[in-house]
Amino acid sequence: MWVHGYKRLNRHMWLHRIIRHMLIVSATVLFGGFFGATLVRVAPGFGVDEQQLDTRLSNESVQAIRHSRDSERDIFGFYTQYLGGLFRGNLGFSHSLGRPVTQLLAERVPVTFYSVIKGLVGGWLVGLVLALSAAMLRSKTYDFACTLASGFFLCLPSAVLAILFLLIQGPVPLGIGLTVFPKIFRYARNLLVQAYALPHVLTAQSKGLSGGRILFWHVLPLATPQLVALAGASVTVALGAAIPIEVVCDSPGIGQLAWLAALGRDLPVLVVLTILVTVITVLANATADLAISALRHRPS
Amino acid sequence: MKPRRQFAVGILILVFLASLMANQLAPVSYSHQFRESANAPPSHEFPLGTDDLGRDRLSRLLYGSRISLLLAPVAALIATALAALVGGTAGYLGGWWERVGMGFSDLFMSLPWLFLLLTFRAMLPLNVSPLASVIITFTLLGLLGWAAAARVVCAGARALRNSEFVLQARTHGCGDFRLLIWHVLPPLKPVLYAQFWISIPVFILSEANLGVLGLGVAEPLPSWGNLLRDLENYRAALTSPWLLAPLFLLVLVVACFQTVLPEEDLP
Repeated sequence: MWVHGYKRLNRHMWLHRIIRHMLIVSATVLFGGFFGATLVRVAPGFGVDEQQLDTRLSNESVQAIRHSRDSERDIFGFYTQYLGGLFRGNLGFSHSLGRPVTQLLAERVPVTFYSVIKGLVGGWLVGLVLALSAAMLRSKTYDFACTLASGFFLCLPSAVLAILFLLIQGPVPLGIGLTVFPKIFRYARNLLVQAYALPHVLTAQSKGLSGGRILFWHVLPLATPQLVALAGASVTVALGAAIPIEVVCDSPGIGQLAWLAALGRDLPVLVVLTILVTVITVLANATADLAISALRHRPS
Repeated sequence: MKPRRQFAVGILILVFLASLMANQLAPVSYSHQFRESANAPPSHEFPLGTDDLGRDRLSRLLYGSRISLLLAPVAALIATALAALVGGTAGYLGGWWERVGMGFSDLFMSLPWLFLLLTFRAMLPLNVSPLASVIITFTLLGLLGWAAAARVVCAGARALRNSEFVLQARTHGCGDFRLLIWHVLPPLKPVLYAQFWISIPVFILSEANLGVLGLGVAEPLPSWGNLLRDLENYRAALTSPWLLAPLFLLVLVVACFQTVLPEEDLP
């Protein structure tokens, strides 16, 4: 259906798009979990437990430890069994932490969720405000200062940023925000500068339109779809930054859990975490994609 | 070339040469211990002091720079080669090849690769040799970092698919493989070159993150990642600023890589 030159998506087309995205999410989740589990299974040190090196343990005890992980040796068996358990709400048992994975996730997911959300909101606010002001002011000094600040944070590993945060007793979300903000600033700044240089925007400026009107009527509508796509991608960046920051700052979230599980060679926890983060990433990207479709096909 | 970029290239060449000549420049071997001088402050004998095992920090920094600076480009080369292969084939052949190739790259981009890297790195045998840990860490970085670049290469190859010179080569009986290698990929060199340069600082930072978490290059081999672990004792870093030398060098090198790249090529 075409309304004022724009193709308007009808209900059937929306349904089609949503189903397609759900299929992609399901395929990615299945593949992600299987890929993660396979990667771990084929790693040369799979099945080796530091407990086995304990000289106080008898041969029988060492054998018992080895046999306790027999079910994880057959990767297809493990994964099928795991998926079956998943449908029954059983996410497995953590060998290294001695607790059900569901319990661990229930405790830790909210911590990371709030840290990532707050970090994303903060990072986006700072990045977007700086990008907007740099594009609107067109001051070389201001632009240089903003680029320098964002460049500095872009060059710092998030783990080192977390160490600096320990020094000033800063909160974890701020660390995540500072990891996200330089990427937002750099991308949004380039996008807005390009939009401000377009002929129709220059014409609008020469005709004396106010800064706000130019921004909201001529610049942002052009930049919004790409900024929405960036919003989806920034979730991945924030989740990636959460691992080192939570480990260094001793924040009990899923980033720290992944690290603990990696050190403890804990396959069930690692597979669940890989799937969980994949689901969040794919859902964020799918939402951004649908939002872009809605923006591009809205009536004028 | 802008003076800013010339300056950055100059610094990169300097650091690169210094790391290559670590054998000549380093006062001692990176693993040599001066047991009586553990945690020594900078002096004439030890310009950057010694660590808690009595090893010369300057020597470790020089050798560590060699590992990070030589292997990050190797990882970037692996990622770029994979991106050229998958993206180039998908873009050139089009149709189902493109759908499958790009679907695969989408799947790869959705995977939390830091989680995967952390997982795989931790699953290595307990007695893995330091050299093997270096090779595995950087190979994994290369194998996991190709997907985003493949999309860019695919778009470039798609644009060339029906260009006149490709059609002409095809009418002269040039096979698909030869066309891809000799006619489609060479014009995409600037794209591949940009992707290669973009990947290097990303891999340096990833190795640094893994190193701080204790899952990067194994001791006693030094790398920027495991040298940064000294900063975990941040109170000591406040009173002993020479501990910040690896961080300073890492930030400088990554900043130089960002400056060398033209702004339009930055992600």
